[in-house]
Amino acid sequence: MAEFWTEFLWPLILILLKIMAFVMPLLMAVAYLTYAERKVIAAMHLRKGPNVVGPFGLLQPMADGLKLFIKETVVPTGANPVVFLLAPVVTFVLALVGWAVIPVSDGWVIADINVGILYLFAVSSLGIYGIIMAGWASNSKYAFLGGLRSAAQMVSYEVSIGFIIVTVLITAGSLNLSDIVRAQSGLWFCIPHFPMFVLFMISALAETNRTPFDLPEAESELVGGYNTEYSAMTFAMFFLGEYANMILMSSLAVILFLGGWLPPVAVAPFTWVPGVIWFALKVSAVLFFYLWARATLPRYRYDQLMRLGWKVFLPLSLAWVVLTSVTMYLCGWLPN
Amino acid sequence: MAETQNETFTINFGPQHPAAHGVLRLILDMSGEVVDRADPHIGLLHRGTEKLIEYKTYTQALPYFDRLDYTSPMSEEHGFSLAVEKLLGIEVPPRAQYIRVMFAEITRVLNHILNLTSYALDVGAMTPILWGFEVREKGLEIYERVSGARMHAAYIRPGGVALDLPTGLTDRIATWCDEASTFIIDMERLLTGNRIFRQRTVDIGVISAEDAVDWGFSGPCLRASGVPWDLRKAQPYECYADLDFDIPIGKNGDCFDRYLIRVEEMRQSIKLIRQCLQKLPSGPVKVDDRKIVPPPRAEMKQSMEALIHHFKLFTEGYHVPAGETYTAVEAPKGEFAVYLLSDGSNRPYRCHIRSPGFAHLQAANVLSKGHMLSDITAIIGSLDIVFGEIDR
Repeated sequence: MAEFWTEFLWPLILILLKIMAFVMPLLMAVAYLTYAERKVIAAMHLRKGPNVVGPFGLLQPMADGLKLFIKETVVPTGANPVVFLLAPVVTFVLALVGWAVIPVSDGWVIADINVGILYLFAVSSLGIYGIIMAGWASNSKYAFLGGLRSAAQMVSYEVSIGFIIVTVLITAGSLNLSDIVRAQSGLWFCIPHFPMFVLFMISALAETNRTPFDLPEAESELVGGYNTEYSAMTFAMFFLGEYANMILMSSLAVILFLGGWLPPVAVAPFTWVPGVIWFALKVSAVLFFYLWARATLPRYRYDQLMRLGWKVFLPLSLAWVVLTSVTMYLCGWLPN
Repeated sequence: MAETQNETFTINFGPQHPAAHGVLRLILDMSGEVVDRADPHIGLLHRGTEKLIEYKTYTQALPYFDRLDYTSPMSEEHGFSLAVEKLLGIEVPPRAQYIRVMFAEITRVLNHILNLTSYALDVGAMTPILWGFEVREKGLEIYERVSGARMHAAYIRPGGVALDLPTGLTDRIATWCDEASTFIIDMERLLTGNRIFRQRTVDIGVISAEDAVDWGFSGPCLRASGVPWDLRKAQPYECYADLDFDIPIGKNGDCFDRYLIRVEEMRQSIKLIRQCLQKLPSGPVKVDDRKIVPPPRAEMKQSMEALIHHFKLFTEGYHVPAGETYTAVEAPKGEFAVYLLSDGSNRPYRCHIRSPGFAHLQAANVLSKGHMLSDITAIIGSLDIVFGEIDR
């Protein structure tokens, strides 16, 4: 019995607690990301944004959540109910699962596996399924087109993101996310790999279906895209998943290029601040870029987006991989 | 099993679609994302305006014109008023002419602000419309100060304008011109040079000059194709001949040119408003004919004759000599014209309204063939469709 406790039950409880410690703040972050988005964009639009529910409208996300929770979930007559209801679950779960390997500070990670980046890559690729399922199962033309667009878009940008990640891997010499961060203690990768950093930020917008790449849900063309037919909790799960994905991609940008939890310079006042604060600050800065882009830019057309992905980003990132490897090999900078 | 060779995918774009302006219903036959055929359906906002006008006196008919193109009400009133005046054979005093032109140009700016910003929203840029609405709302406040209503003003009436400008309004209009100019600069910073906006609009929905004429285009859509035709220059009405302004002409006839033409037209309109403010003569704002325009309130307290005139005008209305006229004005959307047939009674025998949007909408299929679904929203936005005037 004692063995069962020490070998199995206690570690299980520990892992569950760790997961809770990750997911709860994450869901709060998602809720307040929606609030921040509305406030930031409102400021850019010269309006006020939510300011009625609670002080400065701070309780608005809670009110929205409650509303979505108590509304009726409508399943359209022509829809395939099983797939229709499974799709938001898939999106939501995959958006959360990716967080297992994200180190928010030195050692603060649920699973410090040595192929962390591959795992993340796999999870974010799977995220497409939720959207395709939603688009197909809704049995609606707008949702169908939205689903198709989304699939094409995420697949195209995944390729260039892959090459961008490869350059970072070559430089860091590890697939473990914590090691990648530690490799940046001297110099953040956004400086030597600045062009790749820019490409990554843009690809991340495309990967998370954000403006100017928000065609899957382009409301002026496809009404609501793949989530046209969704309501109440099913819609809320798509929404939460989408925003959790945004934070996930921002964290990835921070880990790969902005030195993760490391302070900007390793001198006295900066090193006193805990790593997790630095991490949160950097993620917020990247998220602000997302919101800023949304307020500023029009939307790409489907074929233009594909052209950008395959004809611009892919050759550029591929060339940079070659350039990086050749330079590092010739100068003997390759880590081990 | 029956043969299923039907490769087209039909989408009902509207009438409850967020980008279908008003109640446009567009049936799109598509191969994938490419549009093979766009079939616009009309009639969802038909209110029988033309028939209703046949049963109204000329004064009562006027407010219907505000409700045609509800984004540029005063231009429509202007067209009707000019038609009635032509049949009556009267000319309005100079001050009234300047006030009319000034408000027609304010209306043009208001219309273009709404059109360009919602067009930008259709291609995905959400900020311009929220910036633009502030300026537009301030412009509508000018409407309100002069007529009491934000949109359905009924201000420009046969025989002049309803009331003289209230004190201090000219200063407000001058300040508003500055605000609008600032807005145009801001909006251009967001859109004109933006690469995505250009990719979405350049070479989209191209129409040649000949085709544009054949399809009955007018206004900015015609000028974007390179046809220098503007009624304000071609057959000047009111005091346009005395004012200095330019007509912007496009080159390619695509969505981007239609955007640029409207931006430049707003600048020219602001220039015109400023000139009107500068040259605004003093004097009456209505013709001096008690059989057509009602007497002032004060006079009615004293004069029996004035009271009778007032009573007759607001019950029976005035009689218009028999005859017919086709009178056109350069409304913000294009040539807006009223064909009026009078049998000498107090009501029009027939009133046909020529709305520019109708002609533009019928070209939707020609413009959008072979383009992608996303381009449809850009094309519809660039045509400046308002269903109030198309369905009448």
